[in-house]
Amino acid sequence: MSPVSRSAILGLLLGLVLLPGCVQEMANQPRIDPLEPSAFFPDGSGARPQVPGTIARGQLYADNAATTGREDGEPVQTIPIEVSAGLLAEGRKQYGIYCDHCHGSAGYGDGMVVQRGFPHPPTYYSERLLNVPDGHLFAVITDGLGRMPGYKARIEPQDRWAIVAYVRALQLSQHADASELPADLRNELTATDE
Amino acid sequence: MPQIFHPSMNTISRVSIFGAVFFVMAAVGVGAAIVRSPYATEVGVVRVQPVPFSHQHHVGDVGIDCRYCHRSVETEAFAGLPSTDVCMDCHSVLWADSPMLEPVRESYRTGEPLAWNRVHDLPDYAYFNHAIHVRQGVACETCHGRVDEMPLMYREETLHMQWCLECHRNPEVFLRPSEDVFAFDWEPDESTPTGEELAALHGIESKTDCSTCHR
Repeated sequence: MSPVSRSAILGLLLGLVLLPGCVQEMANQPRIDPLEPSAFFPDGSGARPQVPGTIARGQLYADNAATTGREDGEPVQTIPIEVSAGLLAEGRKQYGIYCDHCHGSAGYGDGMVVQRGFPHPPTYYSERLLNVPDGHLFAVITDGLGRMPGYKARIEPQDRWAIVAYVRALQLSQHADASELPADLRNELTATDE
Repeated sequence: MPQIFHPSMNTISRVSIFGAVFFVMAAVGVGAAIVRSPYATEVGVVRVQPVPFSHQHHVGDVGIDCRYCHRSVETEAFAGLPSTDVCMDCHSVLWADSPMLEPVRESYRTGEPLAWNRVHDLPDYAYFNHAIHVRQGVACETCHGRVDEMPLMYREETLHMQWCLECHRNPEVFLRPSEDVFAFDWEPDESTPTGEELAALHGIESKTDCSTCHR
């Protein structure tokens, strides 16, 4: 074999060895990533629907007021879990994610989606909504009302109560008397007024 | 014995030997440029989707929080994609007759999911987890760019390992307070803790072990 054809063969072999580098097999392994298509299942979807009658881990809820918002079939009057500053902060966060764009940051029902033509939800400051039991607000978040969809599949019961607490805080904020404020905050308020 | 090569071959052979060096360098350079070009990285290249969904409209104009649709971003590796009924929360009323949204309504009627094309797809040997990044103060914007200004979705960053390491070597440069993680066009002010303070608060260290991401 002449030296030229030998080096040509060697070069070709080297090229063949390097060629697999162009295909990144490991980048797409046979496992199913979330929502990845899969040829294995007849519907082509890697994400499997829950089998009817099964309960996912962490979603077995006790049948009590904290998860249903009801007691003896009636909406509970007050929030059945402990209300803390932490719960209110969580409520504010959840409100920002799920409620703000329709109900508005201050709860007057004038959020951006409403300004774009969605039916106007009621303000939180009507006589009726100031006086409904907490369990009613929980039920509306859970199952929806009118055009509002239910959020039970998306918001955990604990966080639904957090939103209820935050809505109550909003209502208080629009009906509070300045004299109830601590002295330093009251001074700040009067200073801003001037 | 006659001369096989003309004397001018001396010059030609020198030029071609030196030229070969430049040729190899140029070939390596072109290869590197292709790997980093949008052709390979898809940076700035819009993916065609079954519905021309606009993040600019939904995030920038309407102000819907990222987590309304990507709801597992704070708790799971995968940020989550909304099922069609999340679209229908609003679009059962708004633009309910729009031909553009017909695939959404059809999916809602039939239960057949919309087949979105993935914009950010890491290789399977890199184990990225959204929850830990978001919780420790890496903002959406830091990796995904100004999503609120993208009418159609594209990749803002290369997702190359080199790019991951830029942050994994010096995480404090890229951190922000937890409450600002989902904000766009965010700038620190004088009350914002520094990156070093945030790193100390969350116990964040430079993480460059191979096994941090390749498990």
